[in-house]
Amino acid sequence: MERPQDYVLRRVEERGIRIVRLWFTDVQGQLKSFAISPAELEPAFEEGMVFDGSSIDGFSRIREEDMLARPDPTTFELMRWGNNDENAARMFCDIQRADGTPFHGDSRHVLRRVMEQAQVAGFTFFAAPEMEYFLFEENRAGSPIPLDKGSYFDLTTADIASDIRRHTLSSLEAMGISVEYSFHEDAPSQHEIDLRYTDALMMADNVMTFRLIVREIALEHGVHATFMPKPLAGEQGSGMHTHLSLFRDGKNAFHDPNSPDGLSETAKHFVAGLLHHAREITAITNQLVNSYKRLITGYEAPVNVSWARSNRAALIRVPTPRTGSRGDSTRIEYRAPDPACNPYLAFAVILAAGMKGIEMGYELPLEAPPSMTGYTEHGGLIDQDQLPQSLSEALDEMEKSELVRETLGEHLFRWFLRNKRIEWAEYNTQVTPFELDRYYSSL
Amino acid sequence: MPALALYTPEASPELTQLLDLGGYVWKRIVTVNDVVDLEPQESWAGAIIQLGEDPERGWTIVRSLRGKDIPIEPVILLTRENQLHQLQLNDELFDDFCLDPFHPHELKARLTHLFTSELDSNTSNLIEYGPLLINLETYEAVVEGQPLDLTYMEYELLRFLAVAPGRVFTREILLNQVWGYEYYGGARTVDVHVRRLRAKLGEENANLIQTVRSVGYKFGKSRWQ
Repeated sequence: MERPQDYVLRRVEERGIRIVRLWFTDVQGQLKSFAISPAELEPAFEEGMVFDGSSIDGFSRIREEDMLARPDPTTFELMRWGNNDENAARMFCDIQRADGTPFHGDSRHVLRRVMEQAQVAGFTFFAAPEMEYFLFEENRAGSPIPLDKGSYFDLTTADIASDIRRHTLSSLEAMGISVEYSFHEDAPSQHEIDLRYTDALMMADNVMTFRLIVREIALEHGVHATFMPKPLAGEQGSGMHTHLSLFRDGKNAFHDPNSPDGLSETAKHFVAGLLHHAREITAITNQLVNSYKRLITGYEAPVNVSWARSNRAALIRVPTPRTGSRGDSTRIEYRAPDPACNPYLAFAVILAAGMKGIEMGYELPLEAPPSMTGYTEHGGLIDQDQLPQSLSEALDEMEKSELVRETLGEHLFRWFLRNKRIEWAEYNTQVTPFELDRYYSSL
Repeated sequence: MPALALYTPEASPELTQLLDLGGYVWKRIVTVNDVVDLEPQESWAGAIIQLGEDPERGWTIVRSLRGKDIPIEPVILLTRENQLHQLQLNDELFDDFCLDPFHPHELKARLTHLFTSELDSNTSNLIEYGPLLINLETYEAVVEGQPLDLTYMEYELLRFLAVAPGRVFTREILLNQVWGYEYYGGARTVDVHVRRLRAKLGEENANLIQTVRSVGYKFGKSRWQ
């Protein structure tokens, strides 16, 4: 028995853990979990837990195929939040085929592979997402009713939402997920919690844990938390702006003290790569029909493929580094992703796009002007691409992309496209309230 | 239990017999180099040092035992009556002493006392520092009596730091020693884990791990500071 596994077995014994939850993620980014007893833990470490892959979205289709879930002992963490008094702990799993080779439908494996490629080039990839979500009244109709009409930085003591938030923050900290800021967002009932950077694999695990904690704690308080990208028409949607940095030899590779703007050539190529491939990776970072209701003009969501230092409508923002930080905090912010994405795949394609820019030495285009708030106002000023306007367009872009195909691997690439085309086709069968409103009486 | 270091420049069959009967494992050291050369893998369980004819040699050995990264405890001295004045100046170098020639009952009582109170904690592999207690055998870490729920790497990092209070480690050394391989997180990973560890230690004890500007990290203070 290896030491990390031995550590887990001991902890389970010492802490009287009764249930160990094994977590993994399907292609759509849904958390999957099965529970084992402490007695099954040792065999789970040694041989992996067998399960039927055909029951999981994007794993194996038609024929049944046995898969192995191999718990990663370094992710072992007690589940300490809310009313979780069942003495449970969880571990993330890597998924393998029955013969022990990594399974290509495992998105955790995809991210690990891309990070290992970056590592070969000397880079380590760090991510810090800003998680936005809404809290709504729990109701059977499934329609969103806001809890409040608060806005940015609002603080009201009687706010039930602030109780929930406090509870959420302490639970996150107990799970080792560090929080940088937390505040009330612009829209009614919208909240934002910014996570402090970790390496991207740990962060993708953190995002999975985060979504579960937020939803479960909301539920305990009798409200519904949603990471749906655009739950309210006419209000801001929920994004997952992600701060990115590359480190090399323990130093921030995006920082160059001799460059007038503090940005290294590496940073510029990375940004250029991300811009170059932005349209191709949007289906991954924004994977729902609903995602594209957020990516519209006028709601601080990016629409153009652009970068800027101070323009908040740009796709990539390059924040001013904190003074006196020796450049450690130099980073870029990618603003397209929404919190309904599969974080493993999203981080993987973002890293792959940036690395491509470094590898090919892409030139950074001109910065977007500070006043630009939407493409309509300054569309003529800069010749710029727009992000895809719909899931369908995003899928078309993705299908043409060698980069995304290589990054995801053929299996995942095909499955994702097929599955999302079906989602789009189903959406097209709907007659929406918009159409009824607009056409029914007058035509 | 690992061996005790035994330094007796004068033949003392009585002493070795007493140790054997008491169930103590011991290893004889003759020179100061033996402190390192003969050290058991789990480090010395303690030491019995006879100052004898040439007390300076004994003190050299004691200093070497106490000067290790993890100072050896407990150290019991066998001192002659005319050497008692030397003890005052070297108070921090030993835990107890016994007049030499010794009375077997007295020495036995002192050994039992020392080794049940201190050595027990040594042999069961406890690291104790202020409010923090780590049991190396059960991987249990406790702060102010409350168990800390650490991930494996958080535990390994804390253990590594806590073994050598006051010593400053660079991120690179921590990465190599604790992660033990080229982890793809790089040195920045160390910062992430220190942050997580501090959060779990809680606000009041977060400063057990201190950032040493532009160098790295250290845990607590050295007992020599």
